[in-house]
Amino acid sequence: MPSFSRYAGIYAALIRYSLIHEMQFKVNFLLWIVVEALWFGLQLAFMTVLYGHTDQIAGWSRWEVVLLVGCNQFIQQLFHTLFVTNLSNLSELIRKGTLDLLLLQPVNTRFLISVKKFEIGNIINALMGLVVIVYSLAQLGRVPTLAQWLGFAVVCLAGLSVHYSLMFLLACISFWTVRAQGIVWGYYNLFNIARLPAEAFPRGAYRAVFTWVLPMLLVSNVPAKLLAQRLASPWEWLALLGMAVACFVVSELFWRFSLRHYTSASA
Amino acid sequence: MTPVTHNPTPTTPHLWSKYGHVLSMGIQNTLVYRTNFLFRAAFGLVPLAATLFLWEAIYADKPAGTAIGAYTLAQMVSYYLLVTVVDAITAVAEDDWQIAADIKDGAVSQFLLKPLDFLAYRLCLYLSGRVIYTSVALIPVAFFLFFQREYLVGPAEPLRWILAPLSVLMAGLLQFFIAYTVALLSFWVLDVSTFIFIQFAFEFLASGHLFPLDILPDGLHRLLLWSPYPYLLYFPVGVYLGRIQGADLWQGFALQLAWVGVAFLIARFVWSRGLRKYTAVGG
Repeated sequence: MPSFSRYAGIYAALIRYSLIHEMQFKVNFLLWIVVEALWFGLQLAFMTVLYGHTDQIAGWSRWEVVLLVGCNQFIQQLFHTLFVTNLSNLSELIRKGTLDLLLLQPVNTRFLISVKKFEIGNIINALMGLVVIVYSLAQLGRVPTLAQWLGFAVVCLAGLSVHYSLMFLLACISFWTVRAQGIVWGYYNLFNIARLPAEAFPRGAYRAVFTWVLPMLLVSNVPAKLLAQRLASPWEWLALLGMAVACFVVSELFWRFSLRHYTSASA
Repeated sequence: MTPVTHNPTPTTPHLWSKYGHVLSMGIQNTLVYRTNFLFRAAFGLVPLAATLFLWEAIYADKPAGTAIGAYTLAQMVSYYLLVTVVDAITAVAEDDWQIAADIKDGAVSQFLLKPLDFLAYRLCLYLSGRVIYTSVALIPVAFFLFFQREYLVGPAEPLRWILAPLSVLMAGLLQFFIAYTVALLSFWVLDVSTFIFIQFAFEFLASGHLFPLDILPDGLHRLLLWSPYPYLLYFPVGVYLGRIQGADLWQGFALQLAWVGVAFLIARFVWSRGLRKYTAVGG
């Protein structure tokens, strides 16, 4: 596929450019890693405090929840590495009219918008998540098989795709409202619930919405359950895969619809 | 809404008319952000609801009426509801980013020439921002509180109708001085947002935003009370709910006042040091 190798070439060039750019501000680069690590520590501290007062939450033991927080960190930081900066920039591209330039490039515009900047520092934070995953698995005495690790990779990709599609969808709102800085902040709030055990939520509107509309309660829960070998049925991971596809399709349709409404800001 | 017109009447006290103008200007400027504020307040309820569900799940496994720390489920929910209210009244929204931007793009230069104090000016803008934010956030928060109304309790005793607002007021001042000082680091560093987020991480944990501090081991809880952070949320909420009593109450107020004073002095000090470092860019 010549088109695949062409896109891979473009992506490699973009990554190299991001790297060069990042290395100009080394202290800042390191500080961002510290910021993300602190917030990860905060989540773990919160769970430690909770488990100081209880042995289990909705059937989840302490190390199972730590595993969940680790999985969430891993997925979220990969999402940061690849997409977050780019998607939160979309409103600026529209406001300043820079989007025109990208629309004229002989490359898929959505691709270019989504992957323009590669945040290498967040990979370090993703690895911290992975360390916590491995450590909590050891505490639980679970040794996943190779097939389970592969399954883990697949459901993580699905989770990543859910985050990406939903945030892209939110970012597209900036085609209508110019002041859309609140979007990233709003998405952070959604992120927050992904690291909690889905079973802690009573069956009702809240849980249904965050499973079947904005599937936050699937993205990290399913990978964690898979590694902890506590998936109740294959329907759980099939639900995540299904929602990943559905979210992507909806976001692509909304993107096309939004583009038709685009009136350039530049002259 | 009073229109912004310069009032030259010489009889009005000079200081108040000057900063009164800043306040009313701030209110009009922040009104632009009202939709943003509305979304922010509404989105903020998603993790709040999640935290409450999480606690309900924890209490559900225990015999009815069990207390964690010194909290029954109802008291725990009340705590989080009041944290949400105090946070809506006092949290800095855009202030720190704007102050950092003022320094970066050289807008502070005009304050060196005008008879206007930058700290007082920003404090007025913070206050007007809080007025707008609180009134906008009232819509989603009131909606949420309505569903949780059985947990929304009044102040523990009549005196606390006075004490609680007083501690919220001081919490607001402390919050502003901290944010202001961190933003002033822009005099020295390229990108202050990392420092803002690092400070916020400590604040989030130690202010009692994440959980009430008295469910921590007693030694750690006592230690944290010496830091400024509990006086941003945990203390005002504890005063309101009547959880902080007797000697702890007065010691708490003394420490809160002391931290407001210290934070003010640090803010002044950092500003004067920053100015020495400052080289105005542009005209």
